[in-house]
Amino acid sequence: MSKYLVNLTINDIPVSVPEGTTILAAASKLDFRIPTLCYHEDLCVAGNCRVCVVEQVGGRALLAACATPVGEGMQIHTNSAVVRTARKTIIELLLSEHSSDCTKCYKNGNCELQSLAHEYRVGDHVFIDLVNGKRKHIDDLSPSIIKDDSKCIRCQRCVRTCDELQGVSALAVAYKGDHQKISTFLDHPLVEVVCTNCGQCVNRCPVGALIEKTYVEEVWDVINNPNKHVVVQTAPAVRVAIGEELGYNPGERLTGKMVTALKRLGFDSVLDTDFTADLTILEEGTELLTRLKRAVVDKDPTVALPMTTSCSPGWVKFIEHTFPEFLPNVSTCKSPQQMFGALAKTYYAQKKGLKAQDITVVSIMPCTAKKYEANRPEMRSSGYKDVDYVLTTRELGMMIKQAGINFQNLEDSPYDSIMGESTGAAVIFGATGGVMEAALRTVYEVVTGREVPFANLNIMPVRGMDGVKEAKVKIEGCLPEWKFLDGIEVSCAVAHSLANARKLMQAVKDGTAHYHFIEVMACPGGCLGGGGQPIPTNEEIRSKRAAAIYGEDEGLPLRKSHENPEIKMIYEEFLGAPNSHKSHSLLHTHYLARKKY
Amino acid sequence: MADVQQIIKDVTGIYGKERKALMPILQAVVKTKNYLDDQDLIAVAKALDLSAAEVFGTASFYTFLDTVPRGKNVIRVCKTISCHMAGKDAIIHAIEDTLKVKTGETSVDKKFTLLSANCLGWCHKGPVMLINDQVYPELNAEKAIEILQKYQEED
Repeated sequence: MSKYLVNLTINDIPVSVPEGTTILAAASKLDFRIPTLCYHEDLCVAGNCRVCVVEQVGGRALLAACATPVGEGMQIHTNSAVVRTARKTIIELLLSEHSSDCTKCYKNGNCELQSLAHEYRVGDHVFIDLVNGKRKHIDDLSPSIIKDDSKCIRCQRCVRTCDELQGVSALAVAYKGDHQKISTFLDHPLVEVVCTNCGQCVNRCPVGALIEKTYVEEVWDVINNPNKHVVVQTAPAVRVAIGEELGYNPGERLTGKMVTALKRLGFDSVLDTDFTADLTILEEGTELLTRLKRAVVDKDPTVALPMTTSCSPGWVKFIEHTFPEFLPNVSTCKSPQQMFGALAKTYYAQKKGLKAQDITVVSIMPCTAKKYEANRPEMRSSGYKDVDYVLTTRELGMMIKQAGINFQNLEDSPYDSIMGESTGAAVIFGATGGVMEAALRTVYEVVTGREVPFANLNIMPVRGMDGVKEAKVKIEGCLPEWKFLDGIEVSCAVAHSLANARKLMQAVKDGTAHYHFIEVMACPGGCLGGGGQPIPTNEEIRSKRAAAIYGEDEGLPLRKSHENPEIKMIYEEFLGAPNSHKSHSLLHTHYLARKKY
Repeated sequence: MADVQQIIKDVTGIYGKERKALMPILQAVVKTKNYLDDQDLIAVAKALDLSAAEVFGTASFYTFLDTVPRGKNVIRVCKTISCHMAGKDAIIHAIEDTLKVKTGETSVDKKFTLLSANCLGWCHKGPVMLINDQVYPELNAEKAIEILQKYQEED
């Protein structure tokens, strides 16, 4: 930001802001909210919806506040008669091309266009309805995302999200004029193109044109089925964001209330994906050490390093499309969600004396790609579909509201057992860098017998919102069986959002960057900024959720995955050892090279 | 396909493999084979490291970058208001009768595709049509048919 200040007045109130500030930001400084639709804090300016127009005294035309930098001596009016009339007309024009059957829309009550229509009290059919003349095209073939062009206002937030944040560009603007639409390649369904199902577009769509595919009714049905034992698992990032759906400010830790609410919804057992996050650390840490041993001791030239994480299904699908040559580098570990499903229908069933076919596994995830992951044909190791239904954080909020539960007054409850116990290392899976940090806490201690050398176990270099983070950990004083690692500096990299992942993997491909271990999360900020998280999202909200995640970690008595007593128990009773034959058959998977175009 | 690879090679030789080469490549392909098929779009996306959706989006924006097969000669009759007032309907009917196609269609012998176009910028001399890159102003039905016959006689 420039050091030069620009003086102007907004609604006759003087204000000084740095050169380059937009009128929108300057107005916000004076607590004047200017309505926006195409504008989003995470994305570049588009200036195409025009709903943020303001009047400049002496100006020829109205200005788009989101796209116009302030000028010295400007006199801006954000709510003059001319502005109000123009805005109302713009909203009415947008509605004339928008399928506005609001009461039947999934986004009813959570739609930015609907809110503006309400705010400006638009008239009835001021303009001819242009929606009915157009061919209605709904793409609902994806298990994750539904795209309904009849609701699209062509603000292009989704296009910018897919390009700028994710570097995927599965969506682009096609055709022109009144034929303009947001389209995939040749308008193919989302399941047939390079879409990773990350849902970042869903998170930013101001209307109901891009929504998650909901399975709430299916889950109610199964809860009400007395023959089914319904197990629910909750991902780490859900507990720090569910509050935003239920009237709390961002960054509230609500684990205990959430567990109580899930019990009241009627789930038979409320368990934690954090348990299998801890398990992932044991499996993935062992896999990393095995790969390092093969490289250092056996001098095996076929060993694939750097190894990358595999928890994020958006990242997995991205690498399958974009860097298929690196598939051997991806950890074979299933994601914690899928490990949980496979164990729920084997280990848990056995311990509880239940039949796998009588168990239904429901996941609450911050993610839309998890819906796709659960449907992958590889994810049936138990002999059944390991995870039956995946709901987003938003859908859980919806169920709690539908059930009439007064969430804010609920008491805290602990998770049920077994597969409900977890450590701080698991909860940080929800933030970018968390898997890396959790893995280092365990791997370092396994190899040296000492705690990882960072104050209070907090590995700060892998935390925070930088797109690509690096950390080096020197391994010294190894236990006898790991002597071969003595003196090695383990080099790690962490990327979040797929545009950053692409840069990182390209550097690895070009040979300009060298690492042993790479963590990638498809979404900005990691799972806490996932496509299934409450809307809206921006960097400030994501940072508050991250602070809550790290607060949760610090508040737990156990903060290293290998210390989780239920993890020790499952290896003794059921799995044997990490990466055992049984682990491999239930907890590991393989990947598929997919077409890039 | 081989042709398209050659076109891409030639054009990127001039403009490089930046995004700015996209339009020249698409135009060069259309100039050679009259339209872009799915595989052409993918080949261009690959060559410039762009997403296929972005290349499709660009091609679909421009009327002159066809993404469906076209005949050897593409006729575009201006449909905008000046030409409409000057009698473009009669021109279109005459061409439809002569070629036995409707607007938007390609003749059975694949020699002609008849399209309507937005303003061609010849409002002072309407009605006007474009055959490939050649402009034919101040038309009437007889004149239009005469012009078509010249193209029909070519092979």
